[in-house]
Amino acid sequence: MVLQGSFPLVKITEVQPGIFDATLSAPQVAAEAQPGQFLHIGAPGFFLRRPISICGIDHKAGTLRLVFQIRGAGTRALAGAKAGCRWDVLGPVGRGFQLAGPEEEAVVVGGGIGVPPLLEAARAHRSATAFLGFASKDAVILEEDFRAAAQLTITTDDGSYGRKGLCVAPLEEYLAQHTPGVIYACGPSPMLKAVARLALQRGIPCQVSLEERMGCGVGACLGCACAIRTAAGAVVYKRVCADGPVFSAKEVVFDE
Amino acid sequence: MNKLAVNIAGVEFKNPVIAASGCYGFGMDYRDFYPVERLGGISLKGMTYEVRQGNPPPRIAETPAGMLNSVGLQNPGVKAFKSSYLPAVSKLDTVIIANIAGHDLDSYAAIAAELEDTPIDMLELNISCPNVKEGGAAFGTSCDIAAAVTRAVRQKTTKPLMVKLSPNVTDIVSIAKAVEAEGADAISLINTLLGMRIDRKTRRPILKNNVGGLSGPAVFPVAVRMVWQVAGAVSVPVVGMGGISTWEDAVEMMMAGASAVQIGAAMFRDPYCPVKVIEGLERYAEEERLSSIREIVGAVRPW
Repeated sequence: MVLQGSFPLVKITEVQPGIFDATLSAPQVAAEAQPGQFLHIGAPGFFLRRPISICGIDHKAGTLRLVFQIRGAGTRALAGAKAGCRWDVLGPVGRGFQLAGPEEEAVVVGGGIGVPPLLEAARAHRSATAFLGFASKDAVILEEDFRAAAQLTITTDDGSYGRKGLCVAPLEEYLAQHTPGVIYACGPSPMLKAVARLALQRGIPCQVSLEERMGCGVGACLGCACAIRTAAGAVVYKRVCADGPVFSAKEVVFDE
Repeated sequence: MNKLAVNIAGVEFKNPVIAASGCYGFGMDYRDFYPVERLGGISLKGMTYEVRQGNPPPRIAETPAGMLNSVGLQNPGVKAFKSSYLPAVSKLDTVIIANIAGHDLDSYAAIAAELEDTPIDMLELNISCPNVKEGGAAFGTSCDIAAAVTRAVRQKTTKPLMVKLSPNVTDIVSIAKAVEAEGADAISLINTLLGMRIDRKTRRPILKNNVGGLSGPAVFPVAVRMVWQVAGAVSVPVVGMGGISTWEDAVEMMMAGASAVQIGAAMFRDPYCPVKVIEGLERYAEEERLSSIREIVGAVRPW
């Protein structure tokens, strides 16, 4: 059930330059929300809503946590909101992660601002291992949260924090020693493609969360298309908002 | 008596607010918000004879007060529509309009023939899609071809036939007259205006199709002007669309000459938009003491 309404911000703080951690009081939406789903949020003065992934779900408090980055004028307008301001929210939207049982050993792989939706997925498993990659030290987010939920490895492209390089490298080393029950991934397309390849080679179920420029958010407009290979081998366009944003890695056709 | 009821080409609408083609899928995507039966009608996603995968993404770009799209008529094809979607669609207590598109006269005629024995209430002939290479707008930018495709479909259907015009033409009135002369029972306008956005960092167009159709409040004044021009030149009813997002917009469009309106992109921001427009029109009809909303159709008093 998708709801639309105006919900107040409990708090919003800039956790890294241009990256904001917001808590929204939306009990009806929080009650329905699943890990991997997102909210479609109206930015004041902009025509289209902005899809922002759900980072944390607190059923008891009736709140949702969103960690998002200023990517353009619309997200800049959202980031300008103060506690007590209301956001026009449509949600929860989409099909989130198909969570494997809590006993399954899980691996989450995130890149940059693709990291937030993985937090609830990691928390859903008794044992989780996280590989999170960021551009540099001042882009690292959610370190303490992931450390509490998973065995954490952080990489940065420039080596300014954690291990230098891409997060796929320690993932590959890990997979040489371990065979987790499931891999969840979200991040830039080249990263997802590399993670999907590693998972497929080893026969590990892998789910990837995609993003695309989006219109309605309810599946009607067919704006947010992603290429999916069907069981029969045909390539078709599915809707990131309604059929995703999470897809099985083996069916996603990544850009060449 | 229902003050909002309108009749277009013999089809009774409980109110003059119709969900625009391409913005409402096959009628099932907004059911979480309100019963779709609240709407006067639904113009279904544009359909072709064969399945179409549509254009590669990105298909959407935001603009000031609007958006560009280049979906490219992604649809399952008329036969899959009939088997997979029509049974549920035809149960909806609202006017169902099939929006149809082809790549040549035969494919337009074939899809009309395929829908002839269905409970579809009305056809909307799409000769104005800006996002497909052959067909679509190519049929809507020449009087002769617009007339030919209208004639081809008219011969294959007994259903009320509405022709949806492209605004990307020099003289929309001449196209409207041409399709009226070939038996169009109604005319709807406007489809989207061809536009383009460029990412200055990558120097790439934002849309993978390079260009796409502009919709949203940005196009509203263009739509009002074209509806006014066409409604003044033809005797068949006109259905107005393009950037309507409030009941005030709907009143303005009807005063320009529209017997009903379609709402599209505004629903992407507010899924309740069409319901709010209907409620606004109800209040307006009461306050203005209208016996019927039809009284305002074409009521503009031009200077």
